[in-house]
Amino acid sequence: MSDLKELATQVRRDIVRMVFNCQSGHPGGSLGCAEYFTALYGTIMKHKPAPFKMDGKNQDLFFLSNGHISPVWYSVLARTGYFPVKELATFRKLNSRLQGHPATHEGLPGIRIASGSLGQGMSAAIGMALAKRMDGDKRHVFALTGDGELQEGQCWEAIMFAAHNKVDNLIVTVDWNGQQIDGPNDQVLSLGNLPAKWKSFGWEVLILEQGNDMDSVIAMLKKAKRKSGKGKPVVILMKTEMGFGVDFMQGTHKWHGKAPNQEQLDSALNQLKPTSLGDF
Amino acid sequence: MNINDIKSTGTRATRDGFGQGLLELGRQNPKVVALTADLMESLQMQHFNKEFPERFIQVGIAEANMMGIAAGLATAGKIPFTGTFANFSTGRVYDQIRQSIAYSHKNVKICASHAGVTLGEDGATHQILEDLGMMRMLPGMVVINPCDANQTKAATMAIGAYYGPVYLRFGRPAWPVFTPENQKFVIGKALHLATGKDVTIFATGHLVWTSIEAAKALAAEGISCEVINIHTIKPLDEEAILDSVSKTRAVVVAEEHQRNGGLGDAIANLLVHKLPVPMEYVGVNDSFGESGKPMELLDKYGLSQKDVIWAVKDVLDRKKKN
Repeated sequence: MSDLKELATQVRRDIVRMVFNCQSGHPGGSLGCAEYFTALYGTIMKHKPAPFKMDGKNQDLFFLSNGHISPVWYSVLARTGYFPVKELATFRKLNSRLQGHPATHEGLPGIRIASGSLGQGMSAAIGMALAKRMDGDKRHVFALTGDGELQEGQCWEAIMFAAHNKVDNLIVTVDWNGQQIDGPNDQVLSLGNLPAKWKSFGWEVLILEQGNDMDSVIAMLKKAKRKSGKGKPVVILMKTEMGFGVDFMQGTHKWHGKAPNQEQLDSALNQLKPTSLGDF
Repeated sequence: MNINDIKSTGTRATRDGFGQGLLELGRQNPKVVALTADLMESLQMQHFNKEFPERFIQVGIAEANMMGIAAGLATAGKIPFTGTFANFSTGRVYDQIRQSIAYSHKNVKICASHAGVTLGEDGATHQILEDLGMMRMLPGMVVINPCDANQTKAATMAIGAYYGPVYLRFGRPAWPVFTPENQKFVIGKALHLATGKDVTIFATGHLVWTSIEAAKALAAEGISCEVINIHTIKPLDEEAILDSVSKTRAVVVAEEHQRNGGLGDAIANLLVHKLPVPMEYVGVNDSFGESGKPMELLDKYGLSQKDVIWAVKDVLDRKKKN
């Protein structure tokens, strides 16, 4: 557990350093989901980083729908053995496998489909979950979507489909940080009563109040696995704080897609103490 | 072959060929799965569903979700065939195809029926005439538009054996069948239908038969047309096209599509670089369609036999002046 917390801290250091390096990218949502990614790849999923197999047979798999939080995913993938950690230095640079938004095109291990244009990831995760069911593969499919992303109509097509077809090997998590580019969800386009909406669409709904507490995240993901396989897809509405771990980035949409300057980087790294894992 | 030797053996819709091909493919390959967005019978997918219900996915009226699910299935190693109208297979889901299928290079077969004005009475909302253009602009996308039911069946089976994203376009109406049953279909290989010396007519989809009939009428007037079926718009069989054009030095392209963006543009793009010659398009001239019967619409929108004949004569005039 303390290892995972240390990993999450290192992941946060990676995120701010990656975004600083190329002076672009999305630190806010990435920082907010550090516990989720670390827990998922560090302890929850049964997965095999190398050699990377696209079809992921007999492995738990993950699909990222809100592809702009690529920094957190890349960092966790690198640090769990999918590709060399030093490659994080190439993020968003020419000739890199670490594209601004995740892609399969350059062959980065760990990525199974491109995402970034929002609203598409849940559908792909459903396709994978259906294939696992057809093949008698008992492993789970996890997916993460943003909350603002739920404004895309395709999400609700997918939500309706998964319930109707009892896709109960699917565990979706919503990064419920309440923020999007132009401001709070409630100002841009209110999501209304999110738990009630998912429930009325026929999902098993779990609410995680402490999405930035490692113990709570792990416990909730374990609970979600126990709730799976019972005829309903499972969703975790995970409350996180955008920018968590860096005080001036925390709780605001202003750091959704903005890079820190040198002074801000120094301040961020001062708050995120160096770990035994070392920087890239 | 002589143009007058090409005979129709009857009429059948190209979508029937798709339904047959899909069923046959399902029997041969357990990885094949089929999806529809509430248009199973329009696409003739009920045969597959009846025999392989465990590999058939009814998505409901949610085409964006269907494309994403197909991409996910393909990631797992399945070979998904999506089935809906051409309009809902392309324009409605362009971004889903672009990101989740084309850019991600997923082995998804996008099968699109009711393309073009021959969809008929439903009118312009459903008569897509831009789909070939949209699909051929996507890097790595194979684009196929077979000419009759037999060729559609063969194409359906051929794309199942090919790895990568494919757009397969076919149509609604009963249409003359003139290619052999159980033919071998080679993706990207043009089919030489008739030999001629004055002009080459390159045609795709329903307008292949229209072009054959036009060429027969022209033969009676002493004009010799080479007729080539370009069933694969991308990748284009450049060698076959250049071979024929270097002999005839005049080109007509016929397709049930906008003149913008379709087969005509694909061939023009090749010829302007390699072999510029007089060229005419038989296609819809920057307009939407409307309700009506298929043959009436083909006539009104410039896609009939007489339009091919006019284009041939026009291009021959220009060739003479050169």
